[in-house]
Amino acid sequence: MLPYIGRRLLQSVPLLVGVSIIAFALMHLAPGGPLAVYTLNPTITNQDIERIRIVLGLDQPVHVQYFKWALGMFSGNWGNTFFGGRPVLDVILERMPATFLLMGSALSLAILIGCTIGVLGAIRRYSVFDMLATSGAMIALSFPTFWFGLMAIYFFAVKLGWLPSGGMNELGEEGNLLDTLRHLILPVMVLALVITAIWSRYTRSAFLEVMHQDYMRTAKAKGLHARQRLLSHALPNALKPLIALLGIELPALFSGALVTETIFGWPGMGRLFVDALTMKEYPILMGMIMFTALFVIAGNLIADILIAALDPRVRLS
Amino acid sequence: MAEAVLRAEKLGVAFRIPGGRTKAVDGVTFELRHGETLGLVGESGSGKTLTSLALMRLLESPPAELSADSIVFEGRDLLGLSEAEMADLRGARLSMIFQEPMTSLNPLMTVGRQIDEPLVRHLGLSAAEARARSEALLARVGIPRPSEAAQRYPHQLSGGMRQRVMIAIALACRPSVLVADEPTTALDVTIQAQILDLLRELQDELGTAILLITHDLAVIAETAHRVAVMYAGRIVETGPVAALFATPLHPYTEGLLRSIPRITRIREAELPEIPGMVPAPGQLPAGCAFAPRCAFADAACHAERPTLMPAEGGREVACWKPRHG
Repeated sequence: MLPYIGRRLLQSVPLLVGVSIIAFALMHLAPGGPLAVYTLNPTITNQDIERIRIVLGLDQPVHVQYFKWALGMFSGNWGNTFFGGRPVLDVILERMPATFLLMGSALSLAILIGCTIGVLGAIRRYSVFDMLATSGAMIALSFPTFWFGLMAIYFFAVKLGWLPSGGMNELGEEGNLLDTLRHLILPVMVLALVITAIWSRYTRSAFLEVMHQDYMRTAKAKGLHARQRLLSHALPNALKPLIALLGIELPALFSGALVTETIFGWPGMGRLFVDALTMKEYPILMGMIMFTALFVIAGNLIADILIAALDPRVRLS
Repeated sequence: MAEAVLRAEKLGVAFRIPGGRTKAVDGVTFELRHGETLGLVGESGSGKTLTSLALMRLLESPPAELSADSIVFEGRDLLGLSEAEMADLRGARLSMIFQEPMTSLNPLMTVGRQIDEPLVRHLGLSAAEARARSEALLARVGIPRPSEAAQRYPHQLSGGMRQRVMIAIALACRPSVLVADEPTTALDVTIQAQILDLLRELQDELGTAILLITHDLAVIAETAHRVAVMYAGRIVETGPVAALFATPLHPYTEGLLRSIPRITRIREAELPEIPGMVPAPGQLPAGCAFAPRCAFADAACHAERPTLMPAEGGREVACWKPRHG
């Protein structure tokens, strides 16, 4: 097991290097270059811009810039923001809890509901329930997330007035858990909807595939009860593709959170990213790309390790 | 004559198809006696495997529909049992092994745990007792270093070893009937012989009756006491192995026996074969299903379907013009 983990860790190094080159190139390839925020500002003189260029080391050759930047990323110095001059890492980390609260709640809810729907659909294939679940999932997948977000705000916040339309807390209610929960409901619902649809489809097909395997017939021929066949034979085998899915779906979860946070004014990393984009805050954008890349790579690594723990055949190859 | 432990009366398996139903197994009647091996032989598609799954009530329904007058096992009609009562019998009194030892074992579970399961389920053993018993079973089916082998996963064992594990699982609770569906088909010839020897030994030891399903007449000749020959979903001939092989009554049985390759015949001529194909279920002719391929068929054969009729020496044949008759 340990050599396998070591090998997988080594494999993620070139991946990270690749992502870092893209993140770095982004700044230079963007219209207006890295200092667009200053050059487009009429109140800043050319002399000032030249001075900033030298201070930020932008006068040095590109590869030197990259290595200095990469070294900084590695040692925890992610640079400072253009606006406010605060350390980028601090700015990102301070938005992290809000995003993780939103993503974590939506993902747990979606997996719980999606897997249940999927297993029931697989057990009662072609039943009325299965048909409804299938068409429901198709509808959920066919509409864009922002549309669901706007509809949710329109009905639950504007028409019915049950829930707040955005933000994480009412003014002066920061730290009030109940207030946060009330604000959490709509964005979690919207973000979870699409993930639930995806999970119900994947779970259904994973279980259907497993339930027709020969070893399931063997389990029945042994006289095992339906519950035991499901839990000790079908589940571990069906879990494998689902764990892999969890790793693969992480980037989609991030982009979903980005849209949801923007619509609901949720003060998380997704909104930070969108705001940074409009403000040409390249230090934050580069930091965010590296942060999500790290997170996704780590998530896939954990998924692979879990699969290896489940399936002895994976450890060998 | 020993008493029957399992008797199937007019067993049938049908599938619903667009515009009706098609019978894949039709009116199959046979009995299995204590401690004997009954060979069920036939070509692919003759309904052997469906018959065996129907006995275990393991058919997927839908699409398959099981029908029978009765399937009496140890004095109880299996058709009248609830699914829970059936589950109590499966793996305990009535076991089954399958053709593909490769895919019939759960790849994520050690073989030890897979043998433990029926012991815990049916005999109520504790985990430790079950494991001790499982290791003894592994040793009994000829697997070296059983306590080590119990920790192995199926992919770490060879095909023959996996089939030995399947046999250990099936016989763990000393069932009175073992249904073996092509147990040696996926194995090398040398391994085949070992597995058949093992089944014979265990049968002598436990008194288990075996329903041996195969397309391989050599396996039948070596292992079975009696044979039932299936064609197009029906039994066409039954009888003791020696008599049936010496003087086949049904032209289909005769054709099967003649098409076995023999070393002494290699240079003489081409291997005789039965012309044509097994008819698909739902496309059976009105008369004898074998008539279109039969060299001896006449108008009567094409007109009316023969039923199983008693013949000499406790044999039965469904043919209007039996051979050697």
